[in-house]
Amino acid sequence: MAERVELVRNLETVAKRIRRNIIESVGVGVAGHIGGSFSSADMVAALYFHKMRYSPTDLGRPDRDRFILSKGHVAILQYAALVEAGIVDRKELKKTKTIGSCLQGHPDVMKTPGIEAGTGSLGQGLSIGLGMALAQRLDGQDAKTYVLMGDGELAEGQIWEAAMAAANFKVSNLVGIVDRNRLQATGRITERFNTNPLNAKWKAFGWEVIEVEDGNDMPQLLEALEKADKAETGPTVIIMDTVKGKGLSFAENVVGFHNGMLTQEQYDLAMAELA
Amino acid sequence: MTYNNQRIAYGETLVRLGRENPDIVALEADLGKSTMSFMFQESFPERYFEMGIAEANMTSTAAGLAQTGKIPFTHSFAVFSAGRAYDQIRQTIAIGNLNVKICGSSAGLSDFGDGSTHQAIEDMAIMRAIPNMTVLCPADANETVKAVEAMVEFKGPCYIRLNRNNYENVTAEDAPFAIGVPTILREGTDVVVFACGIMVGKALAAAEGLKEMLSVKVVNVSTVKPLDVEKIRKAAAGCKGAVTAEEHSVIGGLGSAVAQALADMPVPVACIGVEDEFGCSSHDYEGLLAHYGLTTDVIVREIRKFA
Repeated sequence: MAERVELVRNLETVAKRIRRNIIESVGVGVAGHIGGSFSSADMVAALYFHKMRYSPTDLGRPDRDRFILSKGHVAILQYAALVEAGIVDRKELKKTKTIGSCLQGHPDVMKTPGIEAGTGSLGQGLSIGLGMALAQRLDGQDAKTYVLMGDGELAEGQIWEAAMAAANFKVSNLVGIVDRNRLQATGRITERFNTNPLNAKWKAFGWEVIEVEDGNDMPQLLEALEKADKAETGPTVIIMDTVKGKGLSFAENVVGFHNGMLTQEQYDLAMAELA
Repeated sequence: MTYNNQRIAYGETLVRLGRENPDIVALEADLGKSTMSFMFQESFPERYFEMGIAEANMTSTAAGLAQTGKIPFTHSFAVFSAGRAYDQIRQTIAIGNLNVKICGSSAGLSDFGDGSTHQAIEDMAIMRAIPNMTVLCPADANETVKAVEAMVEFKGPCYIRLNRNNYENVTAEDAPFAIGVPTILREGTDVVVFACGIMVGKALAAAEGLKEMLSVKVVNVSTVKPLDVEKIRKAAAGCKGAVTAEEHSVIGGLGSAVAQALADMPVPVACIGVEDEFGCSSHDYEGLLAHYGLTTDVIVREIRKFA
């Protein structure tokens, strides 16, 4: 029990550092996808610093778990985690999205160590994850592939092609994660393009569904990931309700911070809030 | 084994290579009986993935398999494997320079009955335009065998377009083949014809028919990208003109590539291909080729314009 409390506390601290890294990489006066990065930050912390088996010093080891950021526009979230894991040099953060930087606007397998898949054209990450999970199974690896998707992204038809295929192939080592922050680039999902109801859709497509009431709450996330470990007959999806911009007072649930700019004042405030 | 059909040559070769290389896997979008990927399924059911009628997912799934050390071959008709899945190829395969092989079967007008929706006349243009992509268009079944062997050895994304129908081989079974290397099938000094796919045989026939009048060189350009620009320029040097012949739109395929390569040379280029229009249904293949001017006679006519 004490161990669990300690683990949660550590992961919460890491999640805060990840958020600081994101702010550092976005800087002042340059657009960055802060909202969707912050909503998923706690899950990414749980995956990279507790759940996933991988080695920062041996990135190619074949038995590693893999993480695919299907919502590739929040690349800065993954970079923030890779910096925290010691895979990407911290000094690269400030160069994000500058010419020649290893940190591109979207994840690029050729440019950034630790990136497993090129994403950014939405709706394709689950298919890539399916391919990886199939290969892991062919190779007899006891390894998982995690794919993080946005709720807006679920409008892409390819997601549902992949969902059908994963159930068809009974890929039990594939875990989808839906960040349901209920906002897309242009407004509330229910008002722009409603992808709900999610639970019933995934179930109908043959997936085991695990719902997380508060996807920014570390104990709930850990519990969901542990439940996903029990999958035996097919794929699992974790649908987590989150708050876009979570952890930043002025950005929470604000559509403008889907891809917003920070003023110097906001930057300083953000760093103070995340101290 | 001698074949006279590219699809069958492809299917059986993939099975043979699959025996030697356990990393080869095949993905299919419900056209396995046409693409001949069903042969791979019969031999290696555990390494074969019927992805359903869902080309986008098939293509990105192949990206994931390649990222995990496999050598995936995706299959469909060329219109779908190159066209419908363009974004997946670009975003999830080519940017990462992944080792995915894309088979565009029943390419060109070779699916003569099905009409414009199934006739890929722009697949090479689409694939050529993508950085990191290699584009192969073998002349015949003999060359298809070697092309598939070379694709397995080659590291990186590679598109191969195949003809649906039977026709005679024009290259020798033991002729050397390497990705990126055009081959001179007939020497000549007056006019040079650069051809790919089924048009190679027609170019050879045109050269043969003109032999009393003109010395015509025929170059088989089975790797349309990367184009060996130096070899193409060397082959054209000193000729009065160059003709390109392809079963593809005149926009963006072999003709465009060759014309660009020869742009600053004093060798005018005439491009034979499907003009800027879609295909249509026909009861027979040769009749359809003739309808679009893809014949030996048209090649003869274009060569003679330079004489």
